[in-house]
Amino acid sequence: MIRTLMAATALATLASPAFAETIPVAPGEGAQERLQEALILAEPGDEIFLQAGRFVLTDGLSLDVDGVTVRGAGMHASVLDFTAQEGSGEGLLVTSDGVTLVDFGVENPKGDGIKSKGADDIVYSRVRVTWTNGPASTNGAYGLYPVESTGVLIDGCEVSGASDAGIYVGQSSRITVRNSLASYNVAGIEIENSRKAIVERNYVTGNTGGILVFDLPGLPVKNGGEVLVRNNLVANNTTANFAPEGNIVASVRRGTGIMVMANDTVWVGRNMLYDNPTAPIMVIAYPLAFDDPEYNPYPREISVDWNIVDEGGTDPQFEGAEQLLAAFGGALPPVMWDGLEDPEMTTLMVHPDLAGWSVNLPKQGAGIEAARPGLLEAPAIGQPISIEGWGAPEALEARLP
Amino acid sequence: MRTPALLLACAALVLGASIGANATAPMIDKDAIITGTALPKTLSEYGFFRDPAAQVPDAGVTPYRLNMPLFSDGAEKLRFVYVPDGAEVGIGDQTLLDFPVGSALIKTFAFGEGADRRLIETRVLLHRADGWLALPYVWNEAQTEATLALAGTRVPVTTPYGEQINYRVPNKNQCKECHGLQGAVTPIGPKARNLSAEWLQAFLGSVPEGADTMPRWEDRASADATGAARAYLDVNCAHCHRPAATASNSGLDLRWETDDPYSIGVAKRPVAAGRGSGGLEFDIVPGDPEASILVYRMASAEPGVAMPELGKATVHEEGLALVERWIAGMPTP
Repeated sequence: MIRTLMAATALATLASPAFAETIPVAPGEGAQERLQEALILAEPGDEIFLQAGRFVLTDGLSLDVDGVTVRGAGMHASVLDFTAQEGSGEGLLVTSDGVTLVDFGVENPKGDGIKSKGADDIVYSRVRVTWTNGPASTNGAYGLYPVESTGVLIDGCEVSGASDAGIYVGQSSRITVRNSLASYNVAGIEIENSRKAIVERNYVTGNTGGILVFDLPGLPVKNGGEVLVRNNLVANNTTANFAPEGNIVASVRRGTGIMVMANDTVWVGRNMLYDNPTAPIMVIAYPLAFDDPEYNPYPREISVDWNIVDEGGTDPQFEGAEQLLAAFGGALPPVMWDGLEDPEMTTLMVHPDLAGWSVNLPKQGAGIEAARPGLLEAPAIGQPISIEGWGAPEALEARLP
Repeated sequence: MRTPALLLACAALVLGASIGANATAPMIDKDAIITGTALPKTLSEYGFFRDPAAQVPDAGVTPYRLNMPLFSDGAEKLRFVYVPDGAEVGIGDQTLLDFPVGSALIKTFAFGEGADRRLIETRVLLHRADGWLALPYVWNEAQTEATLALAGTRVPVTTPYGEQINYRVPNKNQCKECHGLQGAVTPIGPKARNLSAEWLQAFLGSVPEGADTMPRWEDRASADATGAARAYLDVNCAHCHRPAATASNSGLDLRWETDDPYSIGVAKRPVAAGRGSGGLEFDIVPGDPEASILVYRMASAEPGVAMPELGKATVHEEGLALVERWIAGMPTP
């Protein structure tokens, strides 16, 4: 009780719970109703404790109370099993602020795993989302899916099997994704139309593409940028793309390591990249036609600092790959750029130890058949960038176990 | 705008036969229950109905219907509104009637015809001092009482189309998924544009501008294809697919008044559709319903693909046909 009272004190700025309680919920008969009712009746500061075991659920769950913790007995011990789900677009939906999700697993949701929308200052800690049948286009799109939120901390989580992105943060700001395992998804980790994000110390393996930093046109929140991608292990992302067509990630080539599309001010450094045989690091403009006057399709101020990289693109998934490989001596240099840029801006700066190549596309929207490939001539890394105010707010750290 | 009190009396006259027939009217202070802080455990505590099983409302509880209704697996819907005596009803955004604190909206969902009709659930929206509150009540087998079901439930029913389904009664949070705007619960149905001029005249004492402009469901075949489809999409989709609501991040805005073709889905790529894309590239491809994600998702009942996400276990073929007809008739670029 002392612990929960202290937790309540920590949350005092968010709400003023009179008596924070721990509400245990057991798996078994009626779990759907009992757990959902606990989530509805919780007061700010309360903790819903998922006792060890398998919660067999037929419908999505949702939480709309600020400052609530949902805690399990471990990501393999307390499992929310959505294999028999009959409705809803996700397993668990969070729409309130200051929520902490910790130590439980989610299996086989029909849509997304855990979605938090407009849910500021959320912590996902040691949470697991798994589609147990492995990669399949019939799996849900996103594992962890915070969107339209300010303050997102994802730490020590695991996601596997998502038919879009394992960990996807969209239209948000003040984001940290770290110490997490994203494997056998189409995209391991994706930061989209977001600002002030830090992606660090993750292990990203077995996906089609490892870490994607995208900015897309036509969304309510635009102009993504200020993203730091450092100290990640990005290896063996060679799973064939299994995303349903029509989604932007369906165009990601098998064997992509870290990919930046559009955005401004992205720093990629001190990562280890092995066996990403299309391109260990790829920087490109948005490739499709668009009609959005406020959208800049080009990457701007992208810094690729020192990274540990293998020989690069040994098996690129492009038309004309054989000729390309022959021209570059058996492997494409590790940094790939499409050659498109905003003439007003510096596009790409690369550490001098890293070799690269440019597709030299003639214009935005052109296909690879228009390529005039050549070696990349990019300026060296410029001044250090300030990351002050990037990443999840410091206060969220206090809620980690 | 006049107060509805007198007109409620008029509405009561219309229902006079049933009201007069039942002398044992509930003597319940509805205002105290509606504006209180408790979550009433049973529907009878509100005293909205003189004869609950027959859905005969008490005095001051006015039935209404919408020109274009929201499809809920073919459930018959009985809608009622209660406004405190002497309180004023205004007109808000999108011609939504602006009910004062103390008002309640009541909607009962039933399946089966005539003597076989079975009430499944009654949802109430209460306008309390701190905002609107949505609560679901589930009817018992004997049809004598409906009990609060905060966590929702599933009830086996046979739809009017003969399908056996596990009908979903939403939980309290799911109520908000559709009724949420800028984080607060709001009514979504009773908009003047979707109510008949006669009813508005009786209820408000005047017909507001823009009233009764949505085509009636039963007139859909003869109605303008665009008007019928846009009304259907507004009522069935736009409570989520609009700015500041549950699906705002999709960028799709299906409100009746939205003019921009991209915002309603024309040549718009999906954002987070996952397998809901069905391998298609755009929400709407003019002239080609089969290539349009909107149609693909409406035509599915599978969770993760199906739209709407909530309150839908079956495909609404007639609604789908309206949208297909509209897209097929769109000029191709």
